Amino acid sequence: MQTLDQTVVDAPPGAVKPRRAPGVAGFSRWRAPLSILALLTLPFLLPSQALAVNVLIYGLYAVGYNLLYGYTGLLSFGHAAFFGTGAYVTGIAIGAYGLHPLLAMGLGTVAASALALTVGAVSIRSRGIYFAMVTLALAQLVYYAALQASSWTGGENGLRGFTVSRIGLGPISLDILDPQVKYLFVLAFVGAALALISRILASPFGAAIEAIRENETRARACGFDVERSKHLAFVLSGLFCGLSGALSAIHLSIVPLDSLAYHTSGMAVVMTLVGGAGTFFGPFVGALVVLVLEDVFSLWTPHWQLALGTVFILFVLFLPRGLWGSALERLSFRRRQS
Amino acid sequence: MTSAFAALDLELIAMQLFSGVALGAVFVMLALGLSIIFGMLGIVNFAHGNFFMVGAYAGVFVMERTGSFWAALLVGPLMVGALGLLVERFLIRPLAGRSPDDPLLLTFGLGYVLVEGVRILFGSDGLPFATPEELSGVADLGIGYFPIYRLFVVGVVALVLVVLWYGLERTRLGLIVRAGARDPEILRVLGIDIQRLWLWVFGLGIALAALGGVLAAPMRSVNPEMGNVVLGEAFAVTVIGGMGSLMGSVVAGLLVGIVVSMTALVAPEMASIAMFAFMALVLLIRPQGLFGKPGLGV
Amino acid sequence: MIEQGSRHGSVSRRTLVRGLAATGALAGIGMPFVARAAEPIRIGFPTPVTGPFGAEAKDQIRSAELAVKQFNEAGGLNGRMAELLVRDDKLNPGEAATRTLELIEKDKAHFIVGALSSAVQLSVNEITRSRKVLYVSISQSDTINEAKDFSRYTFHEALNPHMTTAAVAKHTFKKGTRVAYLAADYAYGHEMLRGFKRAAAAIGAETAGEILHPFGAPDYSTFMPRLRSMRPDILCICNFGRDQANSIKQANDFGLKKAARIVVPVLLHNQRLAGGADAFEGVVGASNYYWRLEETVPSAKAFNDAFRAAYANAIPTDYGAYGYTAVRSLLMAVKAAGDTDTDRVIAALEGLTYDVAKGPERYRACDHQAIQSVLITESRKKSEMQGEADLFRILEVEAGSEAALRTCDELGHRA
Repeated sequence: MQTLDQTVVDAPPGAVKPRRAPGVAGFSRWRAPLSILALLTLPFLLPSQALAVNVLIYGLYAVGYNLLYGYTGLLSFGHAAFFGTGAYVTGIAIGAYGLHPLLAMGLGTVAASALALTVGAVSIRSRGIYFAMVTLALAQLVYYAALQASSWTGGENGLRGFTVSRIGLGPISLDILDPQVKYLFVLAFVGAALALISRILASPFGAAIEAIRENETRARACGFDVERSKHLAFVLSGLFCGLSGALSAIHLSIVPLDSLAYHTSGMAVVMTLVGGAGTFFGPFVGALVVLVLEDVFSLWTPHWQLALGTVFILFVLFLPRGLWGSALERLSFRRRQS
Repeated sequence: MTSAFAALDLELIAMQLFSGVALGAVFVMLALGLSIIFGMLGIVNFAHGNFFMVGAYAGVFVMERTGSFWAALLVGPLMVGALGLLVERFLIRPLAGRSPDDPLLLTFGLGYVLVEGVRILFGSDGLPFATPEELSGVADLGIGYFPIYRLFVVGVVALVLVVLWYGLERTRLGLIVRAGARDPEILRVLGIDIQRLWLWVFGLGIALAALGGVLAAPMRSVNPEMGNVVLGEAFAVTVIGGMGSLMGSVVAGLLVGIVVSMTALVAPEMASIAMFAFMALVLLIRPQGLFGKPGLGV
Repeated sequence: MIEQGSRHGSVSRRTLVRGLAATGALAGIGMPFVARAAEPIRIGFPTPVTGPFGAEAKDQIRSAELAVKQFNEAGGLNGRMAELLVRDDKLNPGEAATRTLELIEKDKAHFIVGALSSAVQLSVNEITRSRKVLYVSISQSDTINEAKDFSRYTFHEALNPHMTTAAVAKHTFKKGTRVAYLAADYAYGHEMLRGFKRAAAAIGAETAGEILHPFGAPDYSTFMPRLRSMRPDILCICNFGRDQANSIKQANDFGLKKAARIVVPVLLHNQRLAGGADAFEGVVGASNYYWRLEETVPSAKAFNDAFRAAYANAIPTDYGAYGYTAVRSLLMAVKAAGDTDTDRVIAALEGLTYDVAKGPERYRACDHQAIQSVLITESRKKSEMQGEADLFRILEVEAGSEAALRTCDELGHRA
């Protein structure tokens, strides 16, 4: 299947340009370990540990989103629903039921996947741009539901009262309040998720979703079960976004209602596009750039959103492959020339 | 006591229905522009709510200078419509031939720029906008009291609908627009400049959003975030009605207004959620919306 | 060693440091202390610079900076200066949590003061209490007083809905008054509603009906026919910010203001500016501060004068003033404690009575709620305003008293 993956990648661009940059041969096997190595250096490069953890969490969120948008070609505007559900269920499981944090995170991830299964079933039926609006509207429904169910979620005040200070793992007990330990803890999950995503992308299923992105009719003609593949991609995407939400609950020790809001859905889109949709590591680059820009700009001016919006428009217009995608493209172009 | 209540309740229900229709008129106004742009250019305008907000500010701007609400009502939408023309020409048009997602993403980014631009120009606090003197006060409808201004808004929306319907169904230009929505290639073959048509349709859609904003200004406070909630509402209405269908926007807008209003009577705190629940229901039964054609947007 | 430092209070900082360094070096344990003695007192200040409450945030920052400046000009803590670390919380609790973590972990802030929205306040509180950092909240909510969210590190300088509603009700409700309520359906709205109804029950006012509206709703027209049919003498609008401006305006449009008096739990300077004089005319509400308090309260005069001098004749606003009262009282406590040690500053704050802008204030022991005066104001008619800043008429200043708070028992604090 590796070969099919390559052919899809190297296929000549059709009327609609593929978002994914051409891969570098043999790179895909090493992409997960290399990504993890790169992420290990983050705390040394960024101004604070808290920001570095956010980059990990939002990076994973964008990677999960990218599975659907960049690889399957489905533009969703409702992924906050999965991020938020992952976070809320984790927090509630710890705070209200006293579950072990790891078990709670598992539960949060499963809940987000289950929601994705349902939302996917409704929205996959709509096509193209319509899909974006349907996912957005359904996410709004989840948002209002969480606002109403305040006895569970804390409503507008957000969920709190589940601060995890230590996580016991058999004989060891991790001090999560220590920023370094917390970074490594989150990185362990993010790393595992990356390895899994790499495997998924290299599998026949990975080939199928990319074939669907390139040309749905052709993929159908080739015998791919388009609907099921799309639905599975939706669920997997929800799963990884849910995991990132669960990690964010542990990191911040609160779940704000904003984690379900339209803005959070938009962040996934922005980060993925700025980094490079359809590239493995691009979404992390996007999360890094967006969060650092936000951090830096907001110290100078309250109007940082102007910069964010402008940068985003420029990317759509002139750099649709994003930072990482364009970098990969140049790299492979040079290799082919030599 | 019970009989008095029953009489009151009947009047109240009638009044509530009426409020729903009046609110629905506002929703129709919001959905129209969104639907026209989608139907013609195939673009989902994620900055629609923000153009609505910019419209309200343009209204404030004109009002401050001329002191006339009528000038604001006319000139405000024209100013924002002109901004729409620029956006189409310099931001949307370069994306021709690219994925249909790209204009959507671009307008999403544009939304941030519009909100922040308004914050820089007018401050982040919001501005007051008084109801015009000649339209203030309440009217006795027999079943209850209703603000004259809101009746006026219903009238304006009806007028806009009539003009749009006439323009689309009874004029040569309307014929071209309708043909263009169905098959742009045919128009090109016939030697019609479809680029220019798209430009003006986009401008019209934006001007309609802005008109909605100016109309809303005396009812709601004018602030940079006022477009955010509106975007969700406009999307819900267009999804329910069927993307790109003007008829759908009108029917769905009124329906949503009534659903929200009736929910407000029985379970007021559920009024916001009702709109989206209604939408989910429609999607389950008719994924393409009430008036949409199946397979739209492929 | 701390006591030693304060005894040398009159010695200049440089000599003191040098002297202590020598002693410390001899003792072999002095180095860390020297580093600390030179170290500024860092106060982290998250506030929503971006977003709808940008104007309030700006006022809070200016007021807080004034308090820091005055402290430093008076010599600081034996020469040790204070420093305000302002961070934009973007009115987003997640952002606020991240910024607070940064302030504690990276910037090594000694104290945190700030937050405007109750969601942000509670999120900051969650971070500070698990890390044992003192936090002075300046957001008006009831929730933070309750035992569930409280910790000994939590202080609440702002008023809360229970206090403001009680004061407004006391002034406007009479026995037999018919009151209709329109309340936002979220914690803050519920708190205001509860406060009013409780006061109404004590006074003997009747409830004509109540409607909960969705939080953040832009249109209230669908609630108006029902509110009107309740035929109230008073319409209580229990919401905040944009919701308040929209609902007051629309109640006006529907002619409700002619039929009933509109009262609100919080009536704020910047919100009134955004809503306009006509929409707010005659609306009665409460606040922690209004600049014309200077006519009766000397400390308000001093605060206004200092503010005017520092910021080109501007006047401080209600939410802005919280920045001043909170930071100023905190720094007074630091001075009294003689150190930035959290436990000692907590003890000092608990024992402090301070009058810095609005008459005497003190923190109650069980929930660390600041007992303080509540102002009842009425929005002026446009034609009666004397100047642009003359927005309100002070109807009454309700003196601070513990009786105005919910009892410690009720809040779940065990004595």
